[in-house]
Amino acid sequence: MATTDQEVNELIKREYEHGFVTDIESDTFEPGLNEDVIARLSGIKKEPEWMLEWRLKAYRRWLEMDEPDWAHVGYPKVDYNSISYYSAPKRKEDMPQSLDEVDPELLKTYEKLGIPLHEREKLAGVAVDAVFDSVSVATTFKEPLAKAGVIFCSISEAIQDYPELVQKYLGSVVPHGDNFFAALNSAVFSDGTFVYVPKGVRCPMELSTYFRINAANTGQFERTLIIAEDSSYVSYLEGCTAPMRDENQLHAAVVELVALDDAQIKYSTVQNWYPGDENGKGGIFNFVTKRGACIGKNSKISWTQVETGSAVTWKYPSCVLRGDNSVGEFYSVALTHNHQQADTGTKMIHLGKNTSSTIISKGISAGKSSNAYRGLVKFGPGAEGARNFTQCDSLLIGDRCGAHTFPYIESKNKSAIVEHEATTSKVSDEQMFLCRQRGIDPEQAVSMIVNGFCKEVFKELPMEFAVEAGKLLEVSLEGSVG
Amino acid sequence: MLSIKNLHASVEGKEILKGINLEIKAGEVHAIMGPNGSGKSTLSQVLAGNEAFEVTEGEVTLNGENLLDLETEERAREGIFLAFQYPVEIPGVSNLQFLRTAVNAMRHHKGEAEMNAAEFMKLAKEVSKQVDLDPAFLKRGVNEGFSGGEKKRNEIMQALLLQPKLAILDETDSGLDIDALQVVSNGVNALRAEDRAILMVTHYQRLLNHIVPDHVHVLAGGKIVKSGGRELALELEERGYGWLGIKDEEEAAANSAN
Ligand SMILES: Nc1ncnc2c1ncn2[C@@H]1O[C@H](COP(=O)(O)OP(=O)(O)OP(=O)(O)O)[C@@H](O)[C@H]1O
Ligand SMILES: [Mg+2]
Repeated sequence: MATTDQEVNELIKREYEHGFVTDIESDTFEPGLNEDVIARLSGIKKEPEWMLEWRLKAYRRWLEMDEPDWAHVGYPKVDYNSISYYSAPKRKEDMPQSLDEVDPELLKTYEKLGIPLHEREKLAGVAVDAVFDSVSVATTFKEPLAKAGVIFCSISEAIQDYPELVQKYLGSVVPHGDNFFAALNSAVFSDGTFVYVPKGVRCPMELSTYFRINAANTGQFERTLIIAEDSSYVSYLEGCTAPMRDENQLHAAVVELVALDDAQIKYSTVQNWYPGDENGKGGIFNFVTKRGACIGKNSKISWTQVETGSAVTWKYPSCVLRGDNSVGEFYSVALTHNHQQADTGTKMIHLGKNTSSTIISKGISAGKSSNAYRGLVKFGPGAEGARNFTQCDSLLIGDRCGAHTFPYIESKNKSAIVEHEATTSKVSDEQMFLCRQRGIDPEQAVSMIVNGFCKEVFKELPMEFAVEAGKLLEVSLEGSVG
Repeated sequence: MLSIKNLHASVEGKEILKGINLEIKAGEVHAIMGPNGSGKSTLSQVLAGNEAFEVTEGEVTLNGENLLDLETEERAREGIFLAFQYPVEIPGVSNLQFLRTAVNAMRHHKGEAEMNAAEFMKLAKEVSKQVDLDPAFLKRGVNEGFSGGEKKRNEIMQALLLQPKLAILDETDSGLDIDALQVVSNGVNALRAEDRAILMVTHYQRLLNHIVPDHVHVLAGGKIVKSGGRELALELEERGYGWLGIKDEEEAAANSAN
C-alpha cells in the first residue's frame, strides 16, 4: 500500500512538546575544562578533599583516553572545551530549605512538564528529586522516607551528610576510569540522586528523579548511586527532557546500583531528551553508563527503559551478577525516527552460581533513523548453572530506516545455557488496512500497533509510568501518518 | 443504498474487475458466488478502500455519496464494514483495546460520547456470547493464534459491535464447522435490518439455507455474468459453473496444461 510510507512519514513529523526554555537567572561557568574548573566546581559544592582528589584522578585518566567509536552511530566530534561544565539557577539564599523556597519559575517548569513538586498532587505515591541543569532543585517526600529509614537526596547532599557511604560505594560499580564518558562524568559530575535503603526495608513509595537540561551550551553530567542493603526493595524511575536548541548538547550520566543479599532494585527510565529537528539539527547526545552490581546472593536488579528521545544514544544498562542465584533483567523499548541514532543494549556478566538473566529488547525504527541493539552475555568460570534468555525484536516503520542486532556471547563455563531469539517485522499494510477499515485513524493505528509490540516491556514499568510511556510513544510517532 | 457502475480495478497493472454493475438496496441481502480468482475478494477490498487496488474506471456511491473519494477510515465511519477472508494478526494489541478504539472512532464520528473501558467491556462480553466466543478472547491479541473459525467469529462480532450500514462478508462461512456455521449465520441474521444491506461472498449454497439472500450474483472473470434469486445458488450447486460458459481457474489451468 503506497500510503503506509507516506503516512508514516507524516507521523514522524512530530513536535517535541517539552522544547520550551525557562527564563531563569543562572550561574554558569565559562566553557572549558581543566583542573581549575574541577576545583572550582568542587569548591562551590563545598566538597571534602577526597572528593576533589577522586575527580582529578578521573580527569587525568580521561585526558589519556580516546572517545569510543565502535558504536553504530555517527556524529560530529564534540569539542569538550566549548561546553560549560556547571550551570545552576541563581538562588536568593543558599539552598532552598523547603519546597516553598524553590523558585516559582522552576516549580512552573516542572508543572509544565507534568512533574508536580507539590507533595499532595497527582503523583502522590511518588517521591521526586528534580535536577535542573547541574543541580538538584527539590526533593519531595523526604520526611516519610526518612521515617522508613530510606535516604533519598541529591548526591551533593549525600557527599556532605553520608560521606562514608558515598566513599564506600561511589565508583565501586563503575570505576572512575571505566570508559571515556564515565571518566568525564567522574571528573565533572555536578549533581544527581542518592538512594540508600537499609536492611529489611521495603521502600514505601516509588522514587524518581526528573532531569531537565535548560541552559544552552552546557553539558549535564549527573551521577546516581543506589544502595539496597540486605533484603530491601526499591523501585526508582528517571525521566528526562530538554529544550529545543539547534546545537547539540551533551549528557553523560553514570548510574551505579548496588544490591546486597536478597535485595531488589527496579530501575526504570523514560528518556525523552530533545531528539533534534526533522533534518537532524540539534538534539541531545546521550552517552550514559549504567551498571548494577548484584553483590549479594539472591539479589535482583531489573532495568526497564523506554528511550524515545536524544539525537544519539549510547547506553548499555548492565548487571554484574556476582552473588549466587542473583538475577539480572533488561527490558528495553528504543524508538528512533527522523535522523535519530541509537546504539543500546545491555551487558549481563554472570559470575556467581545459578545466576540468571533475561533480556527483552524492542527496537522501533522510523524515518531515516538507525537503531542498534548491542548486547553482551558473559559467563565466568564460576557461573555454574547460569542461564540467559535474550529476545530482540525490531519493528520497522517505512523503508528508509535501519535495525541492527549485535549479540555477543562469551562463555567460560560449559554448564551455562543461552537462548536467543530475534525477529524483525514491519507495520504491515494489511494491519494498517484492518485498523483503518474499522474506522481507526492511521496515526492511532500505528501507535496502537507499536504499543502492542512493546507490551512485554511496558508491563514492567510502574503503573503510573506505563500509561505515560504509551502516551509518549504516541506523541513520538505523531504526524507519521497522513 | 450502494450503487456500483462499470467498476474497473487493477492490481499491479493487471485488470481484475472489468466492469461491475450492482445495485443494492437497504434491507437486502446479496450473495456473490463465482470461481476462485474471479475477483470476489478484490471487489470487497475495493469497496472498503484498500489502496493496493487501483480503480481505473467507473463509480461507486453509498446513499448518493461518492465512495471512491473517501479514505478507508472515512468509508468505515460512513458504515462500510468488511469481514476479511483472511483476518490479519496484530500481536500484543488486545482484541478489547482494538475493538474499543474502533467503536470509539465511530462514536466520535457520530458526535457521541466515547465509551469507557468498563462500559465497553460489558457490551463486548454480551456480543462475544452472541457469536459463542469465550470472553477470554477479548484479552488476547487481535487474531493472535486464533483458529480459522475463531477468526471468522471474531469478524462477525466486530460487525455486531460496529453496526454498519453495509456489511461485506468475504467467505465468512469458509472453514467453519457445522455448529460454528450455525452460530455465524445467526450472527449475520441478527445483523439483518431494514436500514442495513449485506453483501456476502460465498462458495457454498448451504450458507444460503441459513441466511436466505434476496439476490444471487455470479462473478466470473471480473464481471457479473448472471444474477438471480435464491434458486440460482441451488442451480449452481447442481450444475457447477460450466453451464454458464465459465470454467473455474483450476479447471482452466488443467485444460491449458493438457
Ligand atoms: N495483491 C495482488 N497482487 C497480484 N495479484 C492479485 C493481488 N490480489 C489479487 N490478485 C489476483 O486477482 C485475482 C482475483 O483475486 P481475488 O482474491 O479477488 O479472487 P476471489 O474471487 O476472491 O477468489 P477466491 O474464491 O479464491 O477467494 C486473482 O487472480 C489474484 O491472483
Ligand atoms: Mg476471495
